[in-house]
Amino acid sequence: MNATVDVELAVIGGGPAGLAAATLAAEGGASVLLLDEQASPGGQIYRNIEAVCDRRPAIAAALGDDYRGGLELVRAFRRSGAGYRPRASVWEIAGDGALAVVGDGGAEVLRARRLLVATGAAERPVPVPGWTLPGVMTVGAAQTLLKASGLAAGEAVIAGCGPLVLLFALQSIAVGAPPRAVLLSEGFGDYLRALPHLPRAVGSLDLLAKGWGWLRQLKSSGVEVVTGVSAVAARGGSAVDGVGFITGGGRRDIDAGLLLLHQGLVPNGHLLRAAGCAQEWDPAQACWRTRRNSWGATSRNDIAVAGDCAGIGGALAAAEAGRLSALDALYRLGHIGRAARNGRALPMAAALRRHLRPRPLLEALYRPPAEVLRPTAPDTVVCRCEGVRLAALTELRGLGVPGPNQAKAFSRCGMGPCQGRLCEATVGRLLSDEPPLAGRTPQTYTIRPPARPVTVGQVAALDGLAEPAGEVSGMLDR
Amino acid sequence: MFKRLPEADEATIEFHFDGQAYRAVAGDSLAAALLANGIGQFGRNAADNSPRGPHCMIGNCFDCLVLLADGRTAQACLTPVAAGMRVRPYDPATAGSPE
Amino acid sequence: MTANGGPVEVAVVGGGLVGAALAYGLARRGRSILLLDEGDVALRASRGNFGLVWVQGKGRGLPAYALWSQRSARLWAELAAQLREDTAIDVGHSQRGGALIAMSEEELAGFGEMLAEISEAVGPENYEHELLDHDGLAKLIPGLGPDVPGGSFTPYDGHVNPLRLLRALHAGFQTAGGDYRPRARLAHIEAVEGGFELRSQAGTFEAGKLVIAAGLATPDLARQVAVEAPIHPVHGQLLITERAAPRLAIPTNIVRQTDEGGFQIGYSNDELGYVTGTRLGVLRDIAHNAVRALPYLAGLRILRTWGALRIMTPDGFPIYARSTEHPGAFVFACHSGVTLAAVHAMICPGWIDGDGIPEEQACFSPERFDVQTTA
Ligand SMILES: Cc1cc2nc3c(=O)[nH]c(=O)nc-3n(C[C@H](O)[C@H](O)[C@H](O)COP(=O)(O)OP(=O)(O)OC[C@H]3O[C@@H](n4cnc5c(N)ncnc54)[C@H](O)[C@@H]3O)c2cc1C
Ligand SMILES: Cc1cc2nc3c(=O)[nH]c(=O)nc-3n(C[C@H](O)[C@H](O)[C@H](O)COP(=O)(O)OP(=O)(O)OC[C@H]3O[C@@H](n4cnc5c(N)ncnc54)[C@H](O)[C@@H]3O)c2cc1C
Ligand code: FES
Repeated sequence: MNATVDVELAVIGGGPAGLAAATLAAEGGASVLLLDEQASPGGQIYRNIEAVCDRRPAIAAALGDDYRGGLELVRAFRRSGAGYRPRASVWEIAGDGALAVVGDGGAEVLRARRLLVATGAAERPVPVPGWTLPGVMTVGAAQTLLKASGLAAGEAVIAGCGPLVLLFALQSIAVGAPPRAVLLSEGFGDYLRALPHLPRAVGSLDLLAKGWGWLRQLKSSGVEVVTGVSAVAARGGSAVDGVGFITGGGRRDIDAGLLLLHQGLVPNGHLLRAAGCAQEWDPAQACWRTRRNSWGATSRNDIAVAGDCAGIGGALAAAEAGRLSALDALYRLGHIGRAARNGRALPMAAALRRHLRPRPLLEALYRPPAEVLRPTAPDTVVCRCEGVRLAALTELRGLGVPGPNQAKAFSRCGMGPCQGRLCEATVGRLLSDEPPLAGRTPQTYTIRPPARPVTVGQVAALDGLAEPAGEVSGMLDR
Repeated sequence: MFKRLPEADEATIEFHFDGQAYRAVAGDSLAAALLANGIGQFGRNAADNSPRGPHCMIGNCFDCLVLLADGRTAQACLTPVAAGMRVRPYDPATAGSPE
Repeated sequence: MTANGGPVEVAVVGGGLVGAALAYGLARRGRSILLLDEGDVALRASRGNFGLVWVQGKGRGLPAYALWSQRSARLWAELAAQLREDTAIDVGHSQRGGALIAMSEEELAGFGEMLAEISEAVGPENYEHELLDHDGLAKLIPGLGPDVPGGSFTPYDGHVNPLRLLRALHAGFQTAGGDYRPRARLAHIEAVEGGFELRSQAGTFEAGKLVIAAGLATPDLARQVAVEAPIHPVHGQLLITERAAPRLAIPTNIVRQTDEGGFQIGYSNDELGYVTGTRLGVLRDIAHNAVRALPYLAGLRILRTWGALRIMTPDGFPIYARSTEHPGAFVFACHSGVTLAAVHAMICPGWIDGDGIPEEQACFSPERFDVQTTA
C-alpha cells in the first residue's frame, strides 16, 4: 500500500460549500487542497466571478447582488493558503480513499487523510417531447454561458418553475436580451399547497419577498408570462423551432429558436454513490441524496459532504455546511479539540438553520409537476444518450422487468456516456412504483466509476496506486 | 440564439469547426465559442443519429460532444477553445479516427 | 395455496442466462413453465459478463467439456436465428473466429501447449487452431501493439450482445407462454406428492418438476433437493469505452468491440467473496494491458468499470445434476453461460422433459467432486 499522503484534507468542488470549507480548514492550520472542474473558483452560482466583476461590470450588475456577493468568499479562499487545482475532475474515490483525478496533464492519484465532497447540484432533467433537439437547453446552461462568456440568450422561451427561472429571465432583461415568453408550470394549486409552510418560513421573509418581487418585476417588464402551463413540447427538425403547451386558455404554440427548461435542482451524487456512501430518498425534493449527519459525515468514515450535493439548500446554506464540515475535519485531524469544534459550530449551525427555513415552502411551491417526473407521451425520449423512448420502457414493464438495473440491461437506458444522470429518476419512477406501494421509493441505477470521463490511456498510465490492487469500492455484500 | 454582449466581445482567437474558420474569445469553452457563432448542432447521437447540441453546459449530458483532430471525443462545454484548434462534429461513424 | 393460476409442469429457479435459456427451451416444447427470479438488484453474472461464445482453450483436462462447448458454439447461429424469429430481437451474434492475444513469449508458448493438448484429446480433426507470431496475428488484428509477441486463433469462436441475449431469452420464454415472476426469491423447497411446493418471496407455487439454476444461490437450494453443488464466486472486473467506428473485427481474450461500437475490455480473476465492487488498481491493470495490445484504444474514454461474480465450480466445468432422492429436481450451474446458451436452450430442455441427463454427460455430475475427495 502506497502510504504517501499528499494533504490532510482534500475538498472536491469549488462552489460556496467547497470554498468556505477549504478556507476555514486552511486558516485552522490544516494542509488543504481544493480540486475543481472549472477554470476558476465560484461553483455554479458564482461561476467566473473574479473575471466578471473585474472586467465585465455591466454583466456583473445584471447578474445582481447575490452573484457579486460571492466575491468575498472567493477572495477569502485565495488568501487562505489552501492549495487549489482548477480544471481538475475527480473521477473516482477508491475504496482506500485514493482520489483519482483527471486534468490537463492527464490522470493521477492523490491521497488525503480526509475528503470533503462538495460537487453541488445539477438541474433536474425535464424529459418533454423534443427535448433532445439542438436549441433545447436548461436555464442554468444559458446562465452559465452568460457568466462564463458574456453570451445573452436572445428571444428564448423559458419554461418550468423555480427561482432560477425568474432570476434568469430578469438577468436576461437586464442585459438587454429579454425572453420571448416565460411559461411557468406552477399554478394556483401550488400556491395552496405551499400555504401551510408559510409560518415556518416567516423568519426568512426577506427571501420570500425577493421571490414575489421577482415575479412582479417580470410581469411588469412586458415579457409575456403564462402560468399554469403543462404539456410543454419542443418541435423542430434538426433544431428546435417552436414550443407547444397547454394553458387554461387551451393549446398554444409559439415559435422559438431557443427553449430553456428548468424544474429545480438535484444533487450531483454519482461520485459519492460510486464510492459506496449510503443514500436516502428525500421525498420533499423528489431525489436521492447522501445520508449524512449534521457535520456532513457520510457512511464512509473518510468522506464528508457539504452543500447541494448532499441535498438542495442554496448557496448560503452550502457555505455554512462547508464550514461545519471543515470544523469537524479540523477536529478529526487533531487541529482542534471537541469543545472548540462544538463552540465554534453554534453560530454556523444557527445560520444554516436560518438559511434552510424557507426550503419547505419553496419545495412545496416549486414542486416539479407529475408530467415531468413521469412523462406520459410515448415518444418522449427518456434516456437521451441511448435514445430510449417511453414506449420502449413501457414494453419492458410488460416483460416483468423489476427495476431500473434490469431495464438498463434490457434496453441500454442509462448505459450511455452520461451513465444515467439524465434518466435514472425517470426510469426509476416508471419501473419501480407501479403498482404504487405506500412508502416505496423509486429504485436507481447502480453507479460505478468513473464519475467523470477519463481515457483508457490516461488510466493505463496511472501510478502511485496501492499494490496489488487496493480496496474494493462500492461493494455489495450479501 | 445566443449573442455576445458588447462588453464581452474580445474575440481574438481563430479555430476551425467542420472545416470552417471561426473566431472566439480566449477563455471560452468550445461550446460557448460555437454557440456565439450561431452553431447549435454539434453532432449526432451515437445511438440513434439524431442531431444534438449542448444541453446542460456543466458536463453532465454529453450532448455537446465534438471530435478533435486526432479522433478523440471532447465535451465542448468543458473544453477550452484554443487558437488553431480543429474540431469536427461528433459522428459515431468517424469517432476514434483521425481527420 | 398457489400464488398463480395453479400448478405448473416445471418451475425454473433463476432468471439469469442459464435459467432463462432452460426455461425458454422448455416453454418452446409446449410445457407450462414458471420462472422464479429475484428483483432488480441481485448477484446476476448474466448482466456483467464479457459476451464471448468461446471454445478456444476450453476443456483442458476434460475433453467432454471441449466437445460440449463446441457443440454449443455450432448451435449458436441457429439459436440466434430462432430468437430473432420468436422475439424480433437481434442478439448481435457474430462468430468468425477469435484470437487469444499473448502478452509475453511465455504466455504464447503456454497457449501453444494448451491448444495442442486439447487438440490431441478431442482429435485434431475436431480442433482446427493456429499459433501465430506477431505478424500473423497483426493480419487478423490490424493496429496490434508492437510488443505483442503473437497469439492463437480458432475459427469456432465468436461473441454476442449478452444483455440482448438475456432479454431475448426472457421475451422468447414469455412469447412461448412462460410465466415470469420477478421479486420472487425462492426460500424453501418442499418435496410433495407429484412434485414440489416452492415457498418464495412472492408466495407459494407448485410444480411437477424443478430446475435450480440460481447462479451463486444454487448450493443452498440444491441442498434442499439433496444435491451438493460446490460453487464459489470469482470476481471479474471489466470496463467499457465510448462508441467508436468499427475497427476490431474479431473478439479476443482481452478486448472485443461490441456491436454497438464500444470496446469491452477485460478482465481480472480474483477471489474476493461476495462483493461486486471495483478496484482502481485493477482498472489500471486492465487498461494498461489493453493499450499494450491495441495502442489505438488509448484515446477512448472509459464509460464504466464494473465487477461481476463468476459462478465457479472447483474444476471450472459445469455442474449438471438430477437429484437421486428427488428425481424431478435438476441442478444447473456453470461458468460460460453465454457460450453454453445454445445447448441450454436447445439440448438440455429435452433432458428435463425426458429421461434425464444422458450417460455421456454424466461427467458433469457433481459426484465427481466426491470421487476426488475419497480417492
Ligand atoms: C447551472 C446552475 C446555475 C445556478 N445558478 C444559480 C444562481 O444564479 N443563483 C442561485 O442562487 N443558485 C444557482 N444555482 C444553485 C447553486 O449552484 C447552488 O445552490 C450552490 O452553488 C451550491 O453550492 P455548492 O458549493 O454546493 O455547489 P456548486 O456551486 O455547484 O459547486 C460545485 C463545484 O464542484 C465542481 N465539481 C462537480 N463535480 C466535480 C468533480 N467530480 N471533480 C471536481 N469538481 C467537480 C463543479 O464544477 C462546481 O464548480 C445554480 C445551479 C446550477 C446547476
Ligand atoms: C466477469 C465475467 C465474464 C464472463 N464472461 C463470459 C464470456 O465471455 N462468455 C461466457 O460464456 N460466459 C462468461 N461469463 C459467465 C456467464 O456470465 C455466466 O456463466 C452466466 O451468466 C451464469 O448465468 P446463471 O443464470 O447461472 O447465473 P446468474 O446470471 O448469476 O443468474 C442467477 C439468477 O438466479 C437468481 N436467483 C438467485 N437466487 C435465487 C432464488 N433463491 N430464487 C429465485 N431466483 C434466484 C438471481 O437473481 C439471478 O437472476 C462471465 C462471467 C463473469 C462474471
Ligand atoms: S452540454 Fe451537457 S455535457 Fe456539455
